Amino acid sequence: MYRYDDFDRQLVHERTEQFREQVKRRLAGDITEEQFRPLRLMNGVYLQLHAYMLRVAVPYGTLRADQLRQLGMIARVYDKGYGHFTTRQNIQYNWPKLDEIPDALLDLAKVEMHAIQTSGNCIRNTTTDQYAGAAADEIEDPRPYCELIRQWSTFHPEFTYLPRKFKIAVTGSPNDRAAVKVHDIGLRMHQNDAGETGFEVMVGGGLGRTPFVGKTIRDFIGKNDLFSYLEAILRVYNRFGRRDNKYKARIKILVHEEGIDKIRELVEEEWAQIKDGSLRVDDAEIAHYIEQFAPPAFEALFDDDADFERHKSENRRFANWVRSNVIEHKQSGYAIANVSLKPIGGIPGDATDTQMELVADLSEKYSFGDVRVTHEQNLVLPHVKKADLFAVWSELDKANLGTANLGYVTDIISCPGLDYCALATARSIPLSQRISERFGDLDRQHDIGELKIKISGCINACGHHHVGHIGILGLDKRGKEFYQITLGGDASQDASIGKIAGAGFSEAEVVDAIESLVTKYIDIRESGERFIDTYRRVGMDPFKEVLYGDR
Amino acid sequence: MSLQVVTANRLEDGLVVFLTSDGIWSENINDARIADGKEAADALLAEASAPELDIVIVGPYLIDVEQQGADIVPTKYREVLRTKGPSVREDLGYQAV
Repeated sequence: MYRYDDFDRQLVHERTEQFREQVKRRLAGDITEEQFRPLRLMNGVYLQLHAYMLRVAVPYGTLRADQLRQLGMIARVYDKGYGHFTTRQNIQYNWPKLDEIPDALLDLAKVEMHAIQTSGNCIRNTTTDQYAGAAADEIEDPRPYCELIRQWSTFHPEFTYLPRKFKIAVTGSPNDRAAVKVHDIGLRMHQNDAGETGFEVMVGGGLGRTPFVGKTIRDFIGKNDLFSYLEAILRVYNRFGRRDNKYKARIKILVHEEGIDKIRELVEEEWAQIKDGSLRVDDAEIAHYIEQFAPPAFEALFDDDADFERHKSENRRFANWVRSNVIEHKQSGYAIANVSLKPIGGIPGDATDTQMELVADLSEKYSFGDVRVTHEQNLVLPHVKKADLFAVWSELDKANLGTANLGYVTDIISCPGLDYCALATARSIPLSQRISERFGDLDRQHDIGELKIKISGCINACGHHHVGHIGILGLDKRGKEFYQITLGGDASQDASIGKIAGAGFSEAEVVDAIESLVTKYIDIRESGERFIDTYRRVGMDPFKEVLYGDR
Repeated sequence: MSLQVVTANRLEDGLVVFLTSDGIWSENINDARIADGKEAADALLAEASAPELDIVIVGPYLIDVEQQGADIVPTKYREVLRTKGPSVREDLGYQAV
């Protein structure tokens, strides 16, 4: 895994000390809140409903054991014993005190972590496939490129005051687990006709109040040219992106208003000026970063393990967990183990200090000290020997981390909603808990199969409701929470934006409404169809009818 | 007549506070000074927005409330949550005390 060099270390320490001084000056009254607010936001410090919130970056969702252990310590010492993993593969703490945050940042810096690029109108923390370097279906590990994007984008002087925030996601696999088509820039690794590996570049995707699927601006860009091409896109956005209206300031609006052909023309023109400059990264440098993410020292193993098979046949709960939460690894004899942060009736994405420490310990013992955070708010142990899976599951299960529900109806994405967030218009978490309880029976979840429910507590769509097979948006209607349902969204390589089914439902009605949709799907599905497949075959009408009847 | 109080977040820890009759900031909404009518509310907000309070609180604003017996209760659910804490973690926030 990538380790800081002296430059990274100095940069983070300097930033931490600068922020300590800024907090001191704020508390002494030397700077006003108006002056301080942009400074605290550049350091991941928000002011939420009940308290400050600190968002810590987890670059491309990759954590070492010592880093996750430190995140647990920070939850205990500076917060109330838990943290919340987010849809951007980061972690948030909900209760830090302002004057203690500089110490928390110093403790983060000790394990090469920080809160940079987690807020503000800059290029945010880059996200990627949580199975990077482990997935059987990937072309190449995307993380070396993510790390190069991080180095290029961190404190980029030209792009610190963009019209609005800017999010880049990368997938190294044709099966997109990073939702790249709903990012400002999505990069999909693939090979061209000459057999070279590079990226399809998509631009102008996004969720929020105006959702769009990204459009292809270039079908193929070689690895050496990727960074100058990204720079060209950012330059065009920085120059032409709207600054007159916050709600029209994202690049998706520029692409929508000007058209992709016009944007492509501007980007190519800009790129022609800079493509042979300092941002061209040569093969030797790329190789250096690939080396940083070299595979761990896998043992040569047969893919079958007798003990693993025996445990599966003897222990139904373990077999169920393997069925949903264990994914094929590219290395024979190894597997990818998903740690669900969605216990039935629990709070999606929350983990306690001791849970974080346990997963850190398990990763050290069984997964080369490597842990991932997923944008679906779970954790991953990416490199576990099949022979060790039973031991891993047994430990997870004791800590309420062994829920066998990955990809099922109870594996719900939910933003913090009105329980924590100052922008929210309705609560998200209690609804996710009630849906989880309603569908908690595992046989029923197996019968339903893959079904992605995503809940946002406001139009900003942090809960990705637009790309939920069933999406739920919480709104405020004359002081009461009500929930709008969208159907047919998809965050994968077949990305689509869900359509609003009709009038919203009250808090009391909405879980029944979801159940009626699921029942309808089971009634009309054809063999092998997931909910989204059935929806795509039959369209909105049959589902609308069960929701509204003659209404 | 509409009743209002002023709320804000305290600078040092971000916790929710309310402006009291004594001109201090309390964690308990029942200590809040109630303004009855627009003129009183404007005066209350002006007091809360004094520049010298910038090192005490952040972002003061008016909220609608009702008097329910001895209790002052916000009319909007968002503000009710702020007086209690997250509804999904009753062990946290003011409701836990």
